Amino acid sequence: MSDIIREEAVKTECESPYVIEMIGITKEFPGIIANDNITLQLRRGEIHALLGENGAGKSTLMSVLFGLYQPEKGEIRKNGEVVTIKDPNDANALGIGMVHQHFKLVDVFTVLDNIILGVEPNTAGFLRKKQARERVIELSKTYGLNVDPDALVENITVGMQQRTEILKMLYRDNEILIFDEPTAVLTPQEIDELMAVMRGLAKEGKSILFITHKLNEIMAVADRCSVLRKGKYIGTVNIADTTKEELSNMMVGRDVKFVVDKGEPTPGEVVLEIDKMSVRGSHGKKNAVNDVSLKVREGEIVCIAGIDGNGQTEFVHALTGLVRVDSGSIKLLGEDVTAKSIRYRNTHGMSHIPEDRHKHGLVLDYTLEENMVLQRYFEPKFQKGGFIRFDAVREYAEGLIENFDVRSGQGPVTLSRSMSGGNQQKAIVAREMDREHKLLIAVQPTRGLDVGAIEYIHDQIVSSRDKGTAVLLVSLELDEVMSLSDRILVMYEGEIVGELDPKTTTVQELGLYMSGAKRWGREVQKNEG
Amino acid sequence: MTFLIQQTLVYTIPLMIVALAGVFAERSGIINIALDGIMIFGSFVGAFAVYLMQKENMLADNTQLMFVIAMICAAAAGAVFSLLLSFSAINLKADQTIGGTALNMLAPAITLLIVKIVSMQDRLSMPKALGFIISNPDIGEGLKPFFDKMFISTYIVIALFIILSIFLYKTKYGLRLRACGEHPQAADSVGINVYRMRYLGTTISGALAGMGGYIYIATIASGTAEGTVAGMGFLALAIMIFGNWKPVGIALGSLLFGLLKCIGATYANLDINGDGVCALKELGLPIYFYNIVPYVVVLLVLAFAAGKSRAPKAEGIPYDKGQR
Repeated sequence: MSDIIREEAVKTECESPYVIEMIGITKEFPGIIANDNITLQLRRGEIHALLGENGAGKSTLMSVLFGLYQPEKGEIRKNGEVVTIKDPNDANALGIGMVHQHFKLVDVFTVLDNIILGVEPNTAGFLRKKQARERVIELSKTYGLNVDPDALVENITVGMQQRTEILKMLYRDNEILIFDEPTAVLTPQEIDELMAVMRGLAKEGKSILFITHKLNEIMAVADRCSVLRKGKYIGTVNIADTTKEELSNMMVGRDVKFVVDKGEPTPGEVVLEIDKMSVRGSHGKKNAVNDVSLKVREGEIVCIAGIDGNGQTEFVHALTGLVRVDSGSIKLLGEDVTAKSIRYRNTHGMSHIPEDRHKHGLVLDYTLEENMVLQRYFEPKFQKGGFIRFDAVREYAEGLIENFDVRSGQGPVTLSRSMSGGNQQKAIVAREMDREHKLLIAVQPTRGLDVGAIEYIHDQIVSSRDKGTAVLLVSLELDEVMSLSDRILVMYEGEIVGELDPKTTTVQELGLYMSGAKRWGREVQKNEG
Repeated sequence: MTFLIQQTLVYTIPLMIVALAGVFAERSGIINIALDGIMIFGSFVGAFAVYLMQKENMLADNTQLMFVIAMICAAAAGAVFSLLLSFSAINLKADQTIGGTALNMLAPAITLLIVKIVSMQDRLSMPKALGFIISNPDIGEGLKPFFDKMFISTYIVIALFIILSIFLYKTKYGLRLRACGEHPQAADSVGINVYRMRYLGTTISGALAGMGGYIYIATIASGTAEGTVAGMGFLALAIMIFGNWKPVGIALGSLLFGLLKCIGATYANLDINGDGVCALKELGLPIYFYNIVPYVVVLLVLAFAAGKSRAPKAEGIPYDKGQR
């Protein structure tokens, strides 16, 4: 293998089939090897997916490519020639550009200003925007990237922001385009558009590296796929010759089931009844949650779907008592709890797996056992005369750790901060599931977790439902929404705009509701910004 | 009327330049609460320069040049002094409000210490009266408000104000500087050196504030350095917020405040329409009322404007290249 590579390096520029190669990259951090002898070869004009779970080493590898880290071993080649990349400017000079997962755009600048920032056309320092504008319009026509160069970034859709990011790379004549989890923020329709744009770019000779953990997208758009697992290079496969199952096996190291095993729901009594609830927005103008009414029965999983920022967070905060409701009522097991405290709700049947496990789920500087009894330390079982019975707490925590397979360095006395995200989440799930509850509110319960942990948490939620718990799931992940829920309610701009049955609806249909294009079965005419 | 415009400009000019100083620091992402301290330090260095020149009998026949030299010294002193803020905020990633407060405490202390060493009293008075005013009594009545009884600093500040506003909005460095105050990660990702741009913004800010400090004491406080600029730096900060971190806004804000301040100082013999009646004095309101009005108005305007104004998003947050 290495002989072949060496031979290629001797060949002239255009003969090397690879536009960029990372060969034998090893990068160590104290305690872990983030990249262990990884090889990644990108062909000219191909779409190459880089697949791996969280912590597999994808980001480290990209940081090496951008010169943010220097690898201990290995080399990078451009068109067969060895290059050194010391900082992002070097990478840029080699024609490598990246659309970051979190866009790097200045809100109060126009699209045009953002595109030219750093490479401004100028005469003696004075900006020459006219020629830049013409170039941007030309590029956007060539590649089908519809943007309004004079609009402020804060006023345009996420899709257009992403197109602006792509134009930034094209404006710099980048040849190698890296997309870091580009679909996480898009609606299904926007994802389809992006896929078309990526294909168009590849056809024009650009080489694309597509970082993702979504297998469907890889199958849809990529030519080849390289897989990383726990810092190691597993292999590269041609998409035409592989299957989703094989890819996921490579990624996780074992077979993963994509369908959540669950039987038919058996809805019983109404557990949660929300009537015309409104919550004021933080900016005072518009209600963040507007006139929402819904019911959740025992034995069913109801999912609130929607794009991030459409009022889900405020909705859950109001429901769990973190913020006050402005109007309307919340009934839990027939009792009005609208004005009740958080502890009252918790001790009267409500369990809550919060969206932000660091902010609302755990006290990070407490030990695992202390976090396990956060909502119960005042019960007679755990305290006597105001003093906590640590032996009882220890025993209880050990039981939970065993039953829910929470892994940590030192068991009950592990500092929560030092645990991995997946195990922190498991600890929260254990605490909330073990408490006596009739209603489980799970907000993004699998955010940022790897496939194994996702599987586990999904199973827990389903078994909880089968025991007769009413589950209210709030999720941004479409796969999760479709596979886990029994009923889907779509939230758009703080309102419930539709109810769908996951068995009969499609992701596309769901996307239309999520983007506000459809409401209660009707199309909505809307001018896109 | 002529008198009113002349006096208003006297108060407006230092505020305008110092508020613009605030804009340059904050648009690059550094909260410059130290404007007041930098003004004090700049004013002292400017006054000290004049003190030495008068003592050595230099430029006795060209007081305008002397004034300009003093302003340049003050600007240089302000720029150097502001490096303390830049260093703590940019290199050491310290809290910028605390760093700025430290400068505000340091400036009067240093100033008074040196003043005492030099003049053996609490203030540095000029050996000779300052003859900085440009008189053009023969000019036409219509031009008098802008060309008679004027300071050269007024023209310099207006010119600087326009040049720097163009710099901020029409040049690539201005674009980059503003990007660093809004989204430094974005600026960094396109190869802009955020640290350098923030140093640039804060240093320009220091120079302008230092110059503004000397202009204040030369035109309003008779050139005497005594370790204070009467809170003008904080007023300038308020005007910067009122002006929404934009040059046009702060020019208007400074004019409004300058007018009110001028009325407060001169209401007793203010004869607006030239009929020999001092209307405001006739009202019989106590002097305190007029002295309070400018500050009350600023408070009110701020209370209403603060909701609408929008600070640069990344100001006050130390930028760390390693964090992404």
